[in-house]
Amino acid sequence: MRVRRPNPLMEILRPLGQLLLFILGSSVVISGITILIAVLIRGTRTDMDLLQITLVLLPQVLIDGIVLGFMYATIALGYTMVYGVLEFINFAHGEFFMFGAFAGVELLIWMQGQGWLPADQSVMAYVFLGLAIIVGMIVSGTISVTTERIAYRPLRGAPRLVPLISAIGVSFLLQDVMRFYQSAVNGAFYRSFPTFGGFSERITLFTLPLDGRDITIAIQLTSIVIIVAGIVMLVGLNYLVNATRLGKAIRSVAQDRNTSYLMGVDVNRIIALTFLIGGALGGAAGVLWAFRFTRADPYMGFLPGLKAFTAAVLGGIGSIVGAMLGGMVLGLLESFAASYLSIFTQGAFGAEYKDIFAFAILILILIFRPSGLLGGKTTQKA
Amino acid sequence: MRMRTLLLTVFVITALLVTACAPAPEPSAPAPAATEAEAAPAEAAPTEAAAEEAAPAEAAPADAAAAGTVIKIASQTPLSGPQSVLGTAIKNGAQLALEQNGSALQEMGFTVELAPYDDQATPDTGVANAKQIVADPAVLCLVGHLNSGVMIPSMEVYHNAQLAAVSPANTNPTITERGYAEVNRIVGRDDVQGVVGETFAREEMGVTSVYIIHDKTSYGQGVAEFFRQSAEANGMTVLGFEGTEEQANFDSIITPIIAANPDLVYFGGIYSQGGILFKQAREKGVTAQFMGPDGMDSSELASLGGDAVAGMYYSSVAGPANVYPATEQFIADYEARFGEQTQPFAAQGYDSMGICLQGIAAAMEANGGQLPTREQVAAAVRATADYPGITGSVSFNDKGDKTVATYFVLQVASADPAQWNTNQVIKSLDIAAP
Amino acid sequence: MSAQSSAQLSPIQRMLKGPLGLILVFAISVGASYLFVLSPRSLIVRLLLLGSLLLIYYMPQKGWIKLLFGGVMLLIVLPYLGLFNPFLMELGFQIAAFATLALGLNIVVGFAGLLDLGYVAFFAVGAYLWAFFGSQQIWHMDEPPGTFTIYPTFPFPAWWFWPFLIVGIIAAAITGIMLGFPVLRLRGDYLAIVTLGFGEVIRVLANNLDKPINLTNGPQGITPIQRPPLPAYFTSQEFLNQLSDIAGRPISLNDIYGFFFYFVAIVVLIIAIFLARRLDNSKLGRSWTAIREDDVAAVAMGVPLRRTKLTAFAIGASFSGAMGVIYAANRTFVSPETFSLTASISILVMVILGGLGSIPGVVLGAAIVTLLNIDFLQTLSLQLSSLRQGSGFIPLTSIPWSSLPTQLDPARYQRLFFGLLLVVMMIFRPEGIIPSQRQRLELHEEPVDEPEGAVIEGEIEPDHKLEN
Repeated sequence: MRVRRPNPLMEILRPLGQLLLFILGSSVVISGITILIAVLIRGTRTDMDLLQITLVLLPQVLIDGIVLGFMYATIALGYTMVYGVLEFINFAHGEFFMFGAFAGVELLIWMQGQGWLPADQSVMAYVFLGLAIIVGMIVSGTISVTTERIAYRPLRGAPRLVPLISAIGVSFLLQDVMRFYQSAVNGAFYRSFPTFGGFSERITLFTLPLDGRDITIAIQLTSIVIIVAGIVMLVGLNYLVNATRLGKAIRSVAQDRNTSYLMGVDVNRIIALTFLIGGALGGAAGVLWAFRFTRADPYMGFLPGLKAFTAAVLGGIGSIVGAMLGGMVLGLLESFAASYLSIFTQGAFGAEYKDIFAFAILILILIFRPSGLLGGKTTQKA
Repeated sequence: MRMRTLLLTVFVITALLVTACAPAPEPSAPAPAATEAEAAPAEAAPTEAAAEEAAPAEAAPADAAAAGTVIKIASQTPLSGPQSVLGTAIKNGAQLALEQNGSALQEMGFTVELAPYDDQATPDTGVANAKQIVADPAVLCLVGHLNSGVMIPSMEVYHNAQLAAVSPANTNPTITERGYAEVNRIVGRDDVQGVVGETFAREEMGVTSVYIIHDKTSYGQGVAEFFRQSAEANGMTVLGFEGTEEQANFDSIITPIIAANPDLVYFGGIYSQGGILFKQAREKGVTAQFMGPDGMDSSELASLGGDAVAGMYYSSVAGPANVYPATEQFIADYEARFGEQTQPFAAQGYDSMGICLQGIAAAMEANGGQLPTREQVAAAVRATADYPGITGSVSFNDKGDKTVATYFVLQVASADPAQWNTNQVIKSLDIAAP
Repeated sequence: MSAQSSAQLSPIQRMLKGPLGLILVFAISVGASYLFVLSPRSLIVRLLLLGSLLLIYYMPQKGWIKLLFGGVMLLIVLPYLGLFNPFLMELGFQIAAFATLALGLNIVVGFAGLLDLGYVAFFAVGAYLWAFFGSQQIWHMDEPPGTFTIYPTFPFPAWWFWPFLIVGIIAAAITGIMLGFPVLRLRGDYLAIVTLGFGEVIRVLANNLDKPINLTNGPQGITPIQRPPLPAYFTSQEFLNQLSDIAGRPISLNDIYGFFFYFVAIVVLIIAIFLARRLDNSKLGRSWTAIREDDVAAVAMGVPLRRTKLTAFAIGASFSGAMGVIYAANRTFVSPETFSLTASISILVMVILGGLGSIPGVVLGAAIVTLLNIDFLQTLSLQLSSLRQGSGFIPLTSIPWSSLPTQLDPARYQRLFFGLLLVVMMIFRPEGIIPSQRQRLELHEEPVDEPEGAVIEGEIEPDHKLEN
């Protein structure tokens, strides 16, 4: 993180521009590769025109990938902030995400019970959704800070493996705490997001012809909400870190903890704040995840957490911009792999390999570019 | 310090043991006095223990019916981890059946207890528990498991100990194909249910092309595989066959379905994924009809899937409430007893326990009111005929499958979960086990 | 190592000193065994029995005496007692198997300091290897899972199990190297995540390689898998009858295999302990320590980083490869469910709980976790459930047991328990129950809570005691 004089407007416009660039860039590159593959293996399929199918599906796959990318990016921010400051993988971040999701869903279910949630599109629907996101952020942030205080802070001087193992322990603990709570209070294992506000509506963009019928390419309202929320959070965080006093303190602690302490920065407070911000973003992502995919369960945090971490590493861990890029690339890749793998291989390999895809990318990136796509900073300090 | 504490603990335990536990540390040990007297002459050195162990396996003890003799029925299902919802449902169902129907054995002077084991959905724990279970002579019957992957290695242990096992959920053909006299199941087989679904889809719904998705579990993939085979054999076009472990994000799996444009989307798996998959598919513009196996049979499907699942079909082996009024009563009792909604396999857990209890009672009667051996119980359970279960009438064939299982195809009546019990049976087929 | 002076011994160890102590330990062992015969299913007696093994380990006696005691207990007394309760053999098998796995992981994590969160992948490699060649899977490679029939014969003879034990070791070691190569440059946290991903990759492959060629039979799992043939004497009816007479219950061929696999696992465990101890004190072991402490300094001192890390991966993996083959034969069934992340983590918990880098600690950790997992928590839950079905009251309250919600069953919260254990251990005792010398020094560099004297008093390094 470079030291520079902040210009508030620039700090809002620049990440917006970067985000746009990342989305466009990775979409174009990945689509290009996919189309190339489709052209190359076109001859192997006689029953259908592979290229045509690829092209027709492309817009939908891109939209799904971008939505997923925003979610990964938001979760990845939590990893990347904590790693930037402490050089520590907060393994339990996926569980903060899960707690946030439950908090939001529980609130909305309660509101629904009160009959407050409007069935159709209205401003109030957005207000309630926003409220749920904020509650999710508060709950996750609180848990994140508490975890830091209890399970991580006492271990700060210890060898690197020690806090990591503690984090794994916290992760297991939180999963079962939520499961216990749900089974004791609700007698359920998972909770589903209430349907309200007409969010499931699709906005038709255009139609494409395929085999004599029209394929409708549409974007759901939920997707738009997620994209907007994602942009707000990413830009907001970027602004916070790069253009405020607090951000300056965070950056200084990330650079050199001891020196910043000598300069009068309350290191413990800054670290706690970092956890608060990271956890809160995770919580918001959790609510959005439940909003999009309608379900919250105690084990929901593990895989998205792992993939978001992959995204953070992909982009260059410790860098906020990197997390955005990494999330976007990973979301798109996963979406492409799941949608096209089975079409391209005639069903021999299918969507079930998409998780492997994420891990394979992680391994490849770490081999060839351990500092990530954007990482300039050495990330392998002992 | 540490070592001292450790050793102290050991000594404290020893002391405890010597003072309190030496004669019969387990409250459940079956009336040692009675068994001892019977078996002592025949046995050598450590008579007491040997007799205690030998009693149930060999000849019937003389007066085991002494008041308070404990009979245990074990259950083995996942009670922890992600699959605990279904596992707990089986256990609770079994417990309810015991509480409601255990009185027959109580009157004969026995105390009947449920011993709920947690197999954690892993074969390791399942087998270890199985050995614990068979080592306890008071256990006469077993209800379990949820996962075929756990049942297959564990049933070797049950077979070895001649312990009757009634499976409430394992639909994998392998389980009864081994031909063990002890292993029975009250659910249909994957190879039948998949075919039932396919036949219905082809003949009644008139579909000509299908896109099959399954959940990568041995259950879901099993059903889906047989659906596919039957479809291919009968000329239906299978446009895709995909597995996914994904719980919530089905976006990228749905996109190829849109391109393939099938008449029917078949999902082999459980409602918790299915409801979300169908909902997302409909929202993304998939116009195909939906169908699934008995894993769909839960009101949760409607609350997750909403309008998307209204009107969809599912095959089932369990009788719906409006065909079997007992089911309605069961659901009410279950919710009153446990404060939870019924989940899939709860009713099967209830019936499995019922069959266990009936088997023990029958064996006891045949044995003149005495405590039967495990072998006798296993034989009695296998001989079950026309047991009026809430999931249908149960008779076992010589493999342990239901002789004639009734397979239903139902249609979801409404998107309202409260209306789940009004789902109509569209077709019912009596099919003999293969 | 010289004989320990009595000043170093704890009071209890002092009690176990000399011939009197020997007699005491002997009496406790015999007592525990006798109690076991009396009530073969009591959890307390089982714990006492295993506790007496611990006593044997801790008693300050000559190495050969302890070996003799331990050997007699493990190889003669426990199998004899296993006649009365087959669960004891299963418990012994699982403890030995997991201890071997934990020792293998200990080489990677404890010795070389490379955190591996996907260790169970190597176990899977061994298990699937024998599952594939020891079953009929090779005949079913072009059939979809779950649809084929089982034949009475197998493509390969059952005795191939023995050579495959070696093949399993080699295959797992190669997998270890394959994983090791790309991740050589990573350390610490990155390595942890990559290995975690690798573990998932292996599980997903096992779950999905039923097409295009059916290698693993997917989620259905492979069954039946052959067990190695036993000498005719052990399988003869006479022998079975003899055992049945002793045990007072019918002993079947399956029980015999229970004993057989117990012995195999114990032997493999002993070999693993022996190897691990040799490695710990070898040049290679010191190289591992060096790269664990500071790899830059290690390289500067001439330690070949690449080769040293790769051998750690390879040797660590080979332990679990061997156990995988044995596991597949024992269960006659292999499915992907066994090789979940939870399994990797619970092996890690064993290592951490016992003490990173400490061989006796790791074995003890494996015993404790396995006991908790398959015995202690289960039995506790069962007792609770039994109370709940009775009409008693919770002591000191007027609440009937039956009103205790089932949600509180201890067996349901194993993960919670393990999580808590990890956190608490990391905060209060990161060096484990039986710490290795080096770990203890490293983790208590700054004198924080323990005064200097306490560290020395009563804390002999059990690691080296057998070398007297």
